[in-house]
Amino acid sequence: MLQSMSHNTVGKSDVVAFKLAEQDFCIDIGLVREIRGWSPTTTLPHAPDYVKGVINLRGSVVTVVDLSARLGFGATTPSQRHVVIIAMHEERVVGLLADLVSDIVTVNDGNIQPVPDIALTHAREFITGMITFDDGQILRKIDLSQVLPIAREETA
Amino acid sequence: MAEMDEIQEMFFDECGELLEGLANGLRQMDQPGYDKETVHAVFRAVHSIKGGAAAFGLNDLVTFAHRFETVLDLLRSDRLEADPALMSIMHRSSDCLADLVTAARQSSEPDHAKREALLTELDRIMADGGDDDAIEFTPMVIDIGALDGEDPLPGLAGEAGFNIHFIPDGDLYRSGNEPAALFLALAKLGEAEIRVDSDFVPPLSDWSEDQPQLRWTIILHTNCAADEIAEIFEFVEDCCELHVTPLTAEPDGPPKPDEISDSSPGDIPETAQINPPEPAQTDSARPSRPAASGGDSGATIRVSLARVDRLMNMIGELVIKEAMLAQVIQTAGMSEDPDVLAGLDAIGQLAGDIQESVMAIRAQPLKLVFQRMHRIVREAADATGKQVNLVTVGEETEVDKTMIERLIDPLTHMIRNSVDHGLEDGETRQARGKPAEGRITLSAAHRSGRVQIEVSDDGGGINRPKVREIAEERGLVASGASLNPAEIDQLLFMPGFSSKTEVSALSGRGVGLDVVRREIMDLGGRVMIHSEIGQGTTFSIALPLTLAVLEGMLIQLCGETMVLPINAVQETMRANPSMLHGVGQDGRLLSNRGDLIPIIDLAGEFGLRDCPATIEGGVLIVIEADNQKRSALLVDGIIDQRQVVIKSLEENYGHVPGVSAATILGDGKIALIIDPEEVVRTSSGDHDRAVPAAAAQG
Repeated sequence: MLQSMSHNTVGKSDVVAFKLAEQDFCIDIGLVREIRGWSPTTTLPHAPDYVKGVINLRGSVVTVVDLSARLGFGATTPSQRHVVIIAMHEERVVGLLADLVSDIVTVNDGNIQPVPDIALTHAREFITGMITFDDGQILRKIDLSQVLPIAREETA
Repeated sequence: MAEMDEIQEMFFDECGELLEGLANGLRQMDQPGYDKETVHAVFRAVHSIKGGAAAFGLNDLVTFAHRFETVLDLLRSDRLEADPALMSIMHRSSDCLADLVTAARQSSEPDHAKREALLTELDRIMADGGDDDAIEFTPMVIDIGALDGEDPLPGLAGEAGFNIHFIPDGDLYRSGNEPAALFLALAKLGEAEIRVDSDFVPPLSDWSEDQPQLRWTIILHTNCAADEIAEIFEFVEDCCELHVTPLTAEPDGPPKPDEISDSSPGDIPETAQINPPEPAQTDSARPSRPAASGGDSGATIRVSLARVDRLMNMIGELVIKEAMLAQVIQTAGMSEDPDVLAGLDAIGQLAGDIQESVMAIRAQPLKLVFQRMHRIVREAADATGKQVNLVTVGEETEVDKTMIERLIDPLTHMIRNSVDHGLEDGETRQARGKPAEGRITLSAAHRSGRVQIEVSDDGGGINRPKVREIAEERGLVASGASLNPAEIDQLLFMPGFSSKTEVSALSGRGVGLDVVRREIMDLGGRVMIHSEIGQGTTFSIALPLTLAVLEGMLIQLCGETMVLPINAVQETMRANPSMLHGVGQDGRLLSNRGDLIPIIDLAGEFGLRDCPATIEGGVLIVIEADNQKRSALLVDGIIDQRQVVIKSLEENYGHVPGVSAATILGDGKIALIIDPEEVVRTSSGDHDRAVPAAAAQG
């Protein structure tokens, strides 16, 4: 439903903006299911370091990805004040650990710019575009499919 | 197009049920003195498949079903006798029909040779059973109740043509039938005058869309027989009132009491009455619709598993919230209040009841699997040239739906194995004083919270010296090792063991009982084997009631709670230094009653701890893995033993080595369920298992 809402106006889309290590990021609102406070996770053995573990979301097991660690800002030490953005990506539900959710913003497609050729930083491969605002603020749009841990093949 | 596919899918689903009823009915007919009703039910099943198939243009299916139906009709009208020879053909026809349905469903090519052979057989029977081509038409005569003697057909010849009164009721429209299409079909038979009678249509104020009141009168000038008209209406006969009278007869007059004509009905118009069972007719011998359409199946609805799972999730959540509430109440110091306590108790009980009810929704009788086995036995018996009788006991035992599906393969394999290897051939049996016909019993029962399924044969039992010889030949055991009979029996489950020297078409296909064992283990069950020389062999499978719940041991590991499936656990112990032995740098062994068991540090295995823990502080859990090899898992402590609800990890994350799934504990936290087999396989301290550590690559 949210997805159709965001496509109602041509050339505009809504994004959820959040903060991560003092920088502003956002993802498409159509992908977001809910936002909840941090709750302790269960550690997964042999998981990449940016996978915080799994939480129970009304009966389903949801992986929580530490976005800060994933983007190369270093691992988050989560506290009560951190948030988990529950997002849906190709039938998979995933939690994104962020510092705080700041706003829901309507973005003109014309304001989305490609990522400039800056020095090789780890974060670049996870960002699809930069959104500029008149007040000088910049939102970095996250590519969810790049951020998520790769689904493993079932071995047995 | 997609909608059409959906409808077709529904038809195939229905076919499944009908075929089941068919096979079931035929088995009842194997017994002498079977109920006449059964034949009707069997006939109906084939007829419905034919009807549906015709609607979808599945011609192979229609042709075969038609021929099959014709023979069944001869049976029904007592013109054929259900002797074993005929019944064997009937069973094979039923199998073939099932194959054709499967082929149509998968749009693949059916086995034409088999079908042609059966068609020839059916034709031969038809030629024996009836001496004129009238039999082709007889089904409809009977359908309209003629044989019950209540609407006898007048045998008089008259002017060619019929007067048809057609009064559809609401169901006709609801089931998507269109009167116009019927009239078009009628018009093809001859010249049709169609008049609509709108006298019964109420004024708009009283009109209800559920109560169609249009009626039609059709005068059809034709030379065809009444049954051809009945055939046009055959799919709507239960949802309309239909009067067909020859033009010469009084249109609405009472049927004439006359004798059933034995002459060919092909050119004689008949009076027939087709109408839904009315109260006035309840004493008739005509089978009522529910009885005819499939026997004992009650009213059911189709619900997608996803919905049931969602319900299940919400109930799990309810239980957790209830525990939280209890906690809050206690903190608030209100737990002494009897009213509060009683209320909490009631909620808890209710949540448990709901959970059980939802589980019951997922449960289905094992009948669904067992019925398939009759065919497997029949085919296996044919292939080996043995005579086999399959007896099923306790097929109403219910287990989880997912489990039912996953039981089909292992059971098929075990049954084939029993026919092929378990039973001796007829001559040997007679020489040993047993009846030539071998007997395989497939039984199921609930036993102390588990389902026990047994496949037993009355064959020669396991030839242990031979088994041993083969195992030694293939290097599965060291020659000269001391093995007790039970251990020799267990060799059958070893990968790479196949006791037939030549590869038989049936069960010697490289996959052996080890696969069966693996499949059962995956379902959380165990396989046991019991054999007596000369008396036969029994395989017993013990399964949990459901795949959704697992009986687990809650363990503590580096501050995390984890669950170990109880079916793998053999014993638990506090490590006594005198039982521990070091091997090399970090290899450690537990000596337990003469056995040396490798110790696996679970925390190290899962990467939760870097340096190996001291064994002295922990608890050792001895587990038995796939090939009867034992390992001891080192954990920090054992907390509890309880049933846990299984949640998929793969759905939202992926496979985690050594972990089979997850569960939610009472405090709402997730605990991982350990896959002991995989832990043992991947553990580095375990060099003698040839299975590649597949998961280590993940």
